[in-house]
Amino acid sequence: MAASPHTLSSRLLTGSVGGCIWYLERRAIQGLPHRVAHLFRNVNNQWVMAQHLSFLKRMYVTQLHRGLSQQVKPKPEPSASPFLEHMSSGQARAEVDELPSFSVPSLPLSRKPDEELMELEAASIVERPLDMAKETKEEKQWKEMKLHADDLPSILARLSKIKLTALVVSTTSAGFALAPGPFDWPCFLLTSLGTGLASCAANSINQFFEVPFDSNMNRTKNRPLVRGQISPLLAVCFATCCAVPGVALLTWGVNPLTGALGIFNIFLYTCCYTPLKRISIANTWVGAVVGAIPPVMGWTAATGSLDAGALLLGGILYSWQFPHFNALSWGLREDYSRGGYCMMSVTHPALCRRVALRHCLALIALSTAAPVLDITTWAFPIISLPINLYISYLGFRFYVDADRRSSRKLFFCSLWHLPLLLLLMLTCKQRPDQEGDKGEAPS
Amino acid sequence: MAALRPGSGALVRPLVRSSSSGGGGGRLARERGTERRDAASSPVSRFCPPRQSCHDWIGPPDKYSNLRPVLFHVPENESPLEQRLRELRQETQEWNQQFWANQNLTFNKEKEEFIYSRLQAKGLGLRTESGQRATLDAEEMADFYKEFLSKNFRKHMSYNRDWYKRNFAITFFMGKVALERMWNKLRQKQKKTSS
Repeated sequence: MAASPHTLSSRLLTGSVGGCIWYLERRAIQGLPHRVAHLFRNVNNQWVMAQHLSFLKRMYVTQLHRGLSQQVKPKPEPSASPFLEHMSSGQARAEVDELPSFSVPSLPLSRKPDEELMELEAASIVERPLDMAKETKEEKQWKEMKLHADDLPSILARLSKIKLTALVVSTTSAGFALAPGPFDWPCFLLTSLGTGLASCAANSINQFFEVPFDSNMNRTKNRPLVRGQISPLLAVCFATCCAVPGVALLTWGVNPLTGALGIFNIFLYTCCYTPLKRISIANTWVGAVVGAIPPVMGWTAATGSLDAGALLLGGILYSWQFPHFNALSWGLREDYSRGGYCMMSVTHPALCRRVALRHCLALIALSTAAPVLDITTWAFPIISLPINLYISYLGFRFYVDADRRSSRKLFFCSLWHLPLLLLLMLTCKQRPDQEGDKGEAPS
Repeated sequence: MAALRPGSGALVRPLVRSSSSGGGGGRLARERGTERRDAASSPVSRFCPPRQSCHDWIGPPDKYSNLRPVLFHVPENESPLEQRLRELRQETQEWNQQFWANQNLTFNKEKEEFIYSRLQAKGLGLRTESGQRATLDAEEMADFYKEFLSKNFRKHMSYNRDWYKRNFAITFFMGKVALERMWNKLRQKQKKTSS
């Protein structure tokens, strides 16, 4: 990829003197240590600023950079270091190989000041067309912060983490369906809608709080508030417009207990879990409770009471959160550390894996407890054993290997494990009017 | 390399100015490979939003802080409240930019130092036998991540507090400004209907 300095310089020598000198100067700068190059960039930055400032001041307020200059790139990359873990070896080699190759810089520096001025002018003529190409590329990346009506649905969908909300609503529906008693369709729809709205509100507030942190993590850097597609005010208004009707629907359309659980969950997620993420590893346990509450809400919506069945279902979701989240967080350790997040995977890696395995095994125990509490038939622990054993096996592999591969396998397994487990639970649901068929296999 | 020390004074400056801005432009094809030495010219100074636009403009993420810079539009008839909001947003942006750029650079620098010292302690060079860059495994890196987190805990706590305060303040002022604008529009409509 990198042509040898000699072939390039011979090509440029046929052009203007300024062009040749420009090339040599560029090669010289490339070899400078990071800190010194930084200093030079500041000088250039301020010079350009002075030229444009008077023009820009009238229309726009600009951001003066006293310390560091900005770099425009289509995709942000970590600042280059010779020791980056995941850097491609080719890229790394290119940087190191270029260092010893230059020995020319002594040549331009021996010239007299008036010759330098000539070179400067000639160099600037050569620079201009190349600069303009880069400028238009930069300019295209600037977006007007104007909200278009047709963009709004997709922006709000991403703001409310619609996929996660859909998963939450499906766990609530599972809780509702698993509860004893006749299936009430209107109540079911109201519960699903209310929970969905509450979840949208909670997710929006979470994104509202975390803008600078989200910008610095690869997983979350394309969120709407980070990209400026929506203002923080609009995000808060949207959250309020979801939370108020959502909780009202749950409280007056379903029952006050479900409404109370809904608002408690919003509070737990936005005011406890989100700030706690940066204070202590206890955030993971709080987050697991947040994930466990929706199916409990589904159950209380159907029965109106918080009984053992609700708690068991909550327990299953609670235990599931650990292999799911711990496996996910394993691959994000660097981002978490840099962003200041207190996660088990960073501060207590062994604990992280131990807890994940422990809760995979707990899922087997909880699945066995389901028929004991008359939620499902005894067929359920038997037919759910294969998938529970499989996730426990992956949890064990994660515990032993402690590498990215095993963490990814565990994470992706958790994504299909939960819906399947809930489906199996539903098919094995204990029906009170079919007492004679208690030991029958599911349809 | 010796010839280019800052001590060379006036000799160095003009050379550097033209070369660093020209160097960036001429390196379009090789941008991906050698990002450390790319052009220094700030996109804020180069980019100018079109005259007829009356909205803010947001740019690509900054190389060091990963935050997107915003160019705030100053309307003709800006009210004191709007001005206060804009200045608060401007100041918060600079403060955020400073914090995160510093944070990321410190992180990367300390990470390099850590890897280098660990490799030295193990008696290994920078490259393995196959010629690949020597890296430390996740367990060893975990020590660094843990250390970095605990070392910067207080700093993160005070940043969090400030960020939450500023975020609430900005949103609150945005609300006030929105109400003010709505109120002005209503008053204008009333004047039109009455006249």
